[in-house]
Amino acid sequence: MTVKFTEEHEWLKPEGELVVVGITEHAAEALGEIVFVELPDAGTAVSKNEEIVVIESVKAASDILAPLDGEIVEVNGALIENPSLINEDAMEAAWFFKMKLNNASDMDTLLDESAYKALIA
Amino acid sequence: MADLKQTSLYQMHVDLGAKMVPFAGYAMPVQYPLGVMKEHLHCRAQAGLFDVSHMGQVVLRAKSGVLEDAALALEKLLPISVAGLKEDRQRYGFFTNDNGGIEDDLMVANRGDHLFLVVNAACKDADIAHLRAHLSDVCDIEVLQDRALLAIQGPASQAALERLAPAVADMRFMDVITVDILGAECFVSRSGYTGEDGYEISIPSHNAPDLAQALLAMDCVEPIGLGARDSLRLEAGLCLYGNDIDATTTPIEAGLSWGIQKIRRLGGLRAGGFIGADVILKQLDLGASRKRVGLSPEGRAPMRAGTPLFADMDSDQQIGTITSGGFGPSVQAPVSMGYVPAEHSEIGTQIFAELRGKRLPVKVVGLPFMPANFKR
Repeated sequence: MTVKFTEEHEWLKPEGELVVVGITEHAAEALGEIVFVELPDAGTAVSKNEEIVVIESVKAASDILAPLDGEIVEVNGALIENPSLINEDAMEAAWFFKMKLNNASDMDTLLDESAYKALIA
Repeated sequence: MADLKQTSLYQMHVDLGAKMVPFAGYAMPVQYPLGVMKEHLHCRAQAGLFDVSHMGQVVLRAKSGVLEDAALALEKLLPISVAGLKEDRQRYGFFTNDNGGIEDDLMVANRGDHLFLVVNAACKDADIAHLRAHLSDVCDIEVLQDRALLAIQGPASQAALERLAPAVADMRFMDVITVDILGAECFVSRSGYTGEDGYEISIPSHNAPDLAQALLAMDCVEPIGLGARDSLRLEAGLCLYGNDIDATTTPIEAGLSWGIQKIRRLGGLRAGGFIGADVILKQLDLGASRKRVGLSPEGRAPMRAGTPLFADMDSDQQIGTITSGGFGPSVQAPVSMGYVPAEHSEIGTQIFAELRGKRLPVKVVGLPFMPANFKR
């Protein structure tokens, strides 16, 4: 399975029966240096487009929306200690959370890499 | 951005890769490719160059030819001692209104045969109208439209600027001189808006790009945008007009009593006689019911302007509001300022801010967050 993207600049990577979610390098760059992250609790049920993560950069506060319906299974505690990880390695080390989707097929509704690249071009 | 005014350094900002934003009617650089955080830290470690040409520069001359006449006239609008300002010295001040509120804050310099004022960009039209309305009978008021204003700030400022103008090395904090830099007549003050040592340089607009390029060619100097300018002044505990002070806040509430010299206070030789004096002098005597304080959020979440403040976890009664806040890159923690009732203004008092529906603890702390580094 390949990486998918949302129009809100999140990436989703399948990992077994879970999906790992983060924000794209493009988004991290636009936000500027990130200084604070607030993550949801593991076990939280979320609906698509619900505000579930708060990111604060030196410029402003931004919300990250739940990309799809599902349940948060694990969050990346390393981001709380070191928010700048998002600026350094948005696509790998700085994942935000892992979620179990209510419908695995919802992934098909998201953008593939070329469609996302076209969006930010 | 088409209807925005441009400073004489606009093309340089664009060429340097700055992100330009509208600010007080001008297209101004909010950050350069270095980014807000690194610009901020560079300024504290070495030297940063700021374009502040959007600010207003005004010359007051007494029609009588006697500078003191202009100084005394200006004292009707400012609660500071202008007449006591020595030649080649500068002082911070504020225009007040009938309610004791602040219409703008400014710098006033005694340049021998005239007074030189630097006022905020967003207020300059109103300030100039205010000056004309009250002082035209005594003073000639000239707005310097053809001069740019650059600031160089940070511990390496002197080392950088003295290479172009050796005379600046001997200046102390708040001294002003007229000096030739690269063939241009400049008015230089040793002052700024970062809490660091540094200079502000008024230079003819057409000479400003050469000066900026000469400074940026030095290894220790980086260009700094409005983003880092804001975090630098916030850590230094300095007020931003429109956020931390405005027409509804008095100088006493704002913690600016130090700017009102004894001679203008009750019992002083030139006590009162400025707009709003009854309110301001009474507050100086009896204290204000609310005060601007430094606020240190206990967690990591930055608390920005507009965040409401509460005395405890569950009271409904809002006691104040954060007026400026963000992440302090040098402090490495969130920093804020805001107004609280006098009874909650003691250093060490714990109050709460409501952020995204949650009450989070905030401690009242002394200002500044970063100690000033001026050359006294």
